Amino acid sequence: MISLAGRDIMHAWGKFVFTGVGLGLLIGVTLSMAGIYRGMVDDAKALLDNSGADLWVVQKDTLGPYAEPSSIYEDTWHGLRSIPGVAQAANVTYLTMQVRKDQRDVRAMITGVSAGGPGKPGWPPYLVAGRHITRSHYEAVADIATGFALGDRIQIRRNRYTVVGLTRRMVSSGGDPIIFIPLKDAQEAQFLKDNDVILQQRKRTGENPAFNRPGTPGLLDAIIASQSTNPYVNAVLVKVKDGYGDEAVAESIRRWKRLTAYTRSQMEEILVGKLIATSSKQIGMFLVILSIVSAAIVAFIIYTLTLGKIREIAVLKLIGTRNRTIAAMIMQQAIALGMIGFVVGKITATLLMAPIFPKYVLFEPLDSVRGFAAVVVICILSSLIAIRVALKVDPAEAIGG
Amino acid sequence: MTDKGILIKGLKKRYGKGDTAVDALKGVDMQVSPGEVVGLIGPSGSGKSTLLKCLGAVIEPTEGRMTLGNKVIYDNGWKVNDLRALRRDKIGFIFQAPYLIPFLDVTDNVALLPMLAGKPNADSRKLAVELLQALDVAHRAKAMPSELSGGEQQRVAIARGLVNRPPVILADEPTAPLDSERALAVIRILNHMAHQYETAIIVVTHDEKIIPTFKRIYHIRDGVTYEEAGEGRVFE
Repeated sequence: MISLAGRDIMHAWGKFVFTGVGLGLLIGVTLSMAGIYRGMVDDAKALLDNSGADLWVVQKDTLGPYAEPSSIYEDTWHGLRSIPGVAQAANVTYLTMQVRKDQRDVRAMITGVSAGGPGKPGWPPYLVAGRHITRSHYEAVADIATGFALGDRIQIRRNRYTVVGLTRRMVSSGGDPIIFIPLKDAQEAQFLKDNDVILQQRKRTGENPAFNRPGTPGLLDAIIASQSTNPYVNAVLVKVKDGYGDEAVAESIRRWKRLTAYTRSQMEEILVGKLIATSSKQIGMFLVILSIVSAAIVAFIIYTLTLGKIREIAVLKLIGTRNRTIAAMIMQQAIALGMIGFVVGKITATLLMAPIFPKYVLFEPLDSVRGFAAVVVICILSSLIAIRVALKVDPAEAIGG
Repeated sequence: MTDKGILIKGLKKRYGKGDTAVDALKGVDMQVSPGEVVGLIGPSGSGKSTLLKCLGAVIEPTEGRMTLGNKVIYDNGWKVNDLRALRRDKIGFIFQAPYLIPFLDVTDNVALLPMLAGKPNADSRKLAVELLQALDVAHRAKAMPSELSGGEQQRVAIARGLVNRPPVILADEPTAPLDSERALAVIRILNHMAHQYETAIIVVTHDEKIIPTFKRIYHIRDGVTYEEAGEGRVFE
């Protein structure tokens, strides 16, 4: 038996391909949405991977440092080092802001890393160009997605930094590229007030008799010094010694230091389950809406194509064609349309949309398989309306009268 | 048991029920022998199409009896289980318009029926080409229907009607869209094929050009048929 669907498609291939391309663009958008979600999850995981930590120690009862503000004293790490099982502990600060270079600015997450070097928690694990930060101030390592180049001078708050190294795939959970700077600079940037406010604060402190006692020299200077420095960090990143369980060490920290400590899996749950939960729900809704629209389009196209063949279907039924042969013809056409659409959609999403999309778009092979299966199922369901119409066609219509 | 020729006795068809019921056929008697081509003539609304649909097993008569050769196919109820197979294997259809399947080439339009009956594709195409040769359209075997003239399309439609060697062919105004010359050519072909394959052919027509070619004519009026001897003229 010949393939009636195949012959019909070959007969009107232009119409089919054109329709398939239109459907493919819609499928391309759907696949891109899935890719954006995967990209967000991957960004979140990249942030955790690149931090080089096993535990995140943050302010008690907060979801910091990424999902909620967290502030802990900068010498907390000393105490953490004494907890059994802690191999390394390093302060870290995070601040998302616009970073200026000449006339343009880039949204980036400024990460303050404590003195040390590669391998210490918080530091970029690898570079693609240049070198790591070696000085205590005004050097930066930037993710290549910032668009900065080696030697560029960038402005963070009032200070200018020289880009000495470039790295790749160092992004925040929101997809913003990371710029690493020395911890002290980052702490200053995080709490820096403008000059007028500082002047007024000093003036007010000086005029306060409690702080400016005639018999206590040096008190005012000490108070002003404490007001103009920031002794807080957002978190301490902890590396656990081999042979110790992450959760056991985290439990010790919670118990003895009255801080909150998250393991890698808990932090992943916070990032994926809470921080990007709303975004993923929005994307999920878009996926549902786009799937419904795709189904409606396929249904409408197949329905229209079937209506255009009512007389031929009547003739086919009159000359003895089985209902299942006619149903198979319509269903195969719907599936063929879906396959054309999927191929066009996949190419469009991968080669045209993803490279120009401002966020990281990650296509996972399993998502493609799922997408293909979904397209086939949608096409099969969409063809049911047309099949119902075709099966209701009275063979007597071929005779007329 | 032969299945050649068709015999109809007291065939009735009523549409609707109660006060709104319409008797489209009020007791049709008809007999067409193998190799014979008869005309079925009647004005609009006389019941021609209803009779054709009953003969074609497309609608069910209300009562009566229909016999294909020695086999009763309807006797106040269908006597065959698979009407679709009956239409495919025992009844050929030729329509007013050729109604060829636009996405199949000429050969496959004809070969489709034996394929549907389960014959291998190669055998089906061989049968189709033989018929196309007999109908003088074999040179268009690979053409698509849209590339054929009206006469060629109708010859392909005739080939499709004949390809399963059905004992009965129902032709519904087969010459309506054709000029006189082509219309008479189609009737010559039908006569030739009826004779060659021992097929009983019923031609429903209004076409004055071809009416003189029938040896027997059934007139149908208000659901009742009247038989009349035709001229049986042969136009060369």
